[in-house]
Amino acid sequence: MFNSTVAAITLRATLGRRRALLFAVPPIVLIGLTIILRSSHAPSTSWPGQILGDFGFSVLVPLTALIIGTSVLGAEVDDGSIVHLLATPVSRLSVVLTKFTVAVVLAIMFTAIPELIAGLIAPGTGSKLAIALFVGAIVGSVIYSAVFVMCSALTTRAVAVGLLYVLVWEGLLANIIGGVRILSVGHYALGIANGIDRDPALGAGLSLDTAVVMGVLVTIGTLWLAVRRLSSFGISGDAAQ
Amino acid sequence: MTTPAPTPAPAEAPAGPPRPAAARTTVELRNVSRWYGNVVAVNDVSMSIGPGVTGLLGPNGAGKSTILHMIAGFLAPSRGELTVAGGPSWRNPGVYDRLGLVPERDSVYAFLTGEQFVLASAKLHKLRNPAQATAEAIAMTEMAAAANRKISTYSKGMRQRIKVAAALVHNPEILLLDEPFNGMDPRQRLHMMDLLVRLGDQGRVILFSSHILEEVERLSGTIQVMVAGRLAASGDFREIRRLMTSRPHVFSVRSSDDRRLAAALMAQPDVAAVEMTGKGLSVRTTDYGTFTASIAALTRDQGIRLRELLPTDESLESVFSYLISN
Repeated sequence: MFNSTVAAITLRATLGRRRALLFAVPPIVLIGLTIILRSSHAPSTSWPGQILGDFGFSVLVPLTALIIGTSVLGAEVDDGSIVHLLATPVSRLSVVLTKFTVAVVLAIMFTAIPELIAGLIAPGTGSKLAIALFVGAIVGSVIYSAVFVMCSALTTRAVAVGLLYVLVWEGLLANIIGGVRILSVGHYALGIANGIDRDPALGAGLSLDTAVVMGVLVTIGTLWLAVRRLSSFGISGDAAQ
Repeated sequence: MTTPAPTPAPAEAPAGPPRPAAARTTVELRNVSRWYGNVVAVNDVSMSIGPGVTGLLGPNGAGKSTILHMIAGFLAPSRGELTVAGGPSWRNPGVYDRLGLVPERDSVYAFLTGEQFVLASAKLHKLRNPAQATAEAIAMTEMAAAANRKISTYSKGMRQRIKVAAALVHNPEILLLDEPFNGMDPRQRLHMMDLLVRLGDQGRVILFSSHILEEVERLSGTIQVMVAGRLAASGDFREIRRLMTSRPHVFSVRSSDDRRLAAALMAQPDVAAVEMTGKGLSVRTTDYGTFTASIAALTRDQGIRLRELLPTDESLESVFSYLISN
């Protein structure tokens, strides 16, 4: 199922692009901010939950996963090099799952691990919050990667579509209309983090059960759609140009 | 020049005699049409392509790429039946065991070396001995000297050849090349043609597309001419080539002494008319081939320096419509 050749090419292509700088910067900002706040604030304040939970889960995790998730497949679809991969007997399921796996690993490296480090640095939080943030960010990495890999397979404007989803659907609508949260990856991640450590800053709109069930369904559903789309991947001919 | 032995067959092929063994391997199109919305890109085309080199020629937008992409499994026919080595290619990745595709777009993984790129292709095809297959494919395309350089440093011709190597690494019976000569200089083009001829001689089905008839002059074999989505002509390449070079043609000529050249040209049997224009001469010939072959000698004999010789009605539609009317 997992194809190491596809993985190696994907990893090199993703990390070799200038875009890679885009997902290397936010974790550095997060950790840097935590260090600065720790030295300038009294230990009793509530900023760790706000910064690591709010900023982390509504900005760092989704945007980093967006850049990574659209890079692993979208960049190849855009420039046409995906043809070299698809004109082989490797199954489409294997292509999608491998690229999804690479995206998850990278997203965890650049979101969940920085969250864990920042959570451990932050004062007064205790390691339980750090673990909750870590697990939540892993969950977010997995589901967001599936969603954005699907976007890359479905549209050439994956970054724009993903950005609209993160900013408008999750950032705006999910905070105004409660029902929207049922289709908000950010709230799945928060719901699971909150299930580990109840913190008011991790304001999850979903219960743990709902978050888990919906997270699994969305991951499987989006990956299935991506495989389906890639199975009938077409190169537009001359008339369509 | 030695031709390396064919690369090993993919794992699921029976061990034993190397391919290409199936002499009857063909690509078949029966009444195939493809449309995009209201635009018909390919209109009721039937053709059968067997071993050897076949050129799919036609002006831009004639439907060549659409046909090639349908054969390659990257586009579904809207109507009709298309089989590659006996089976469909659409939604059938198994076909890539027997088919290699050299896409037109110059989008390879440029951060890899040529060898890494071909080796990746070998591994994706799950070959038993990817390193050996890679070495053989690279030798066949004569890319050994540059194999350890990054593809980003390659010339256009080298990129095309490394793409051919990657498409050949699993020893396919069928090789499809989309505009392989595009952007190549004449030397690179000759090199590629020689390679295609060699591959065709090995019994493979080699199908390439091109929108420039002249650029495939060294290839023999069959051609299929597409015009406006339809199959306009098909047959022996030499015959169609002969029709093409003996067609009437207009050239614009500039030289050190246009007036004297005009007089000399008028005396040529293959020149129908000469006209002085502001910038030089406009020469109408009755025979493209004879004229282009003889004008250099003529100017040399007259002591005239030839500065420019440009075909002016290179509109491909005119060439192809001429072909069809004959």
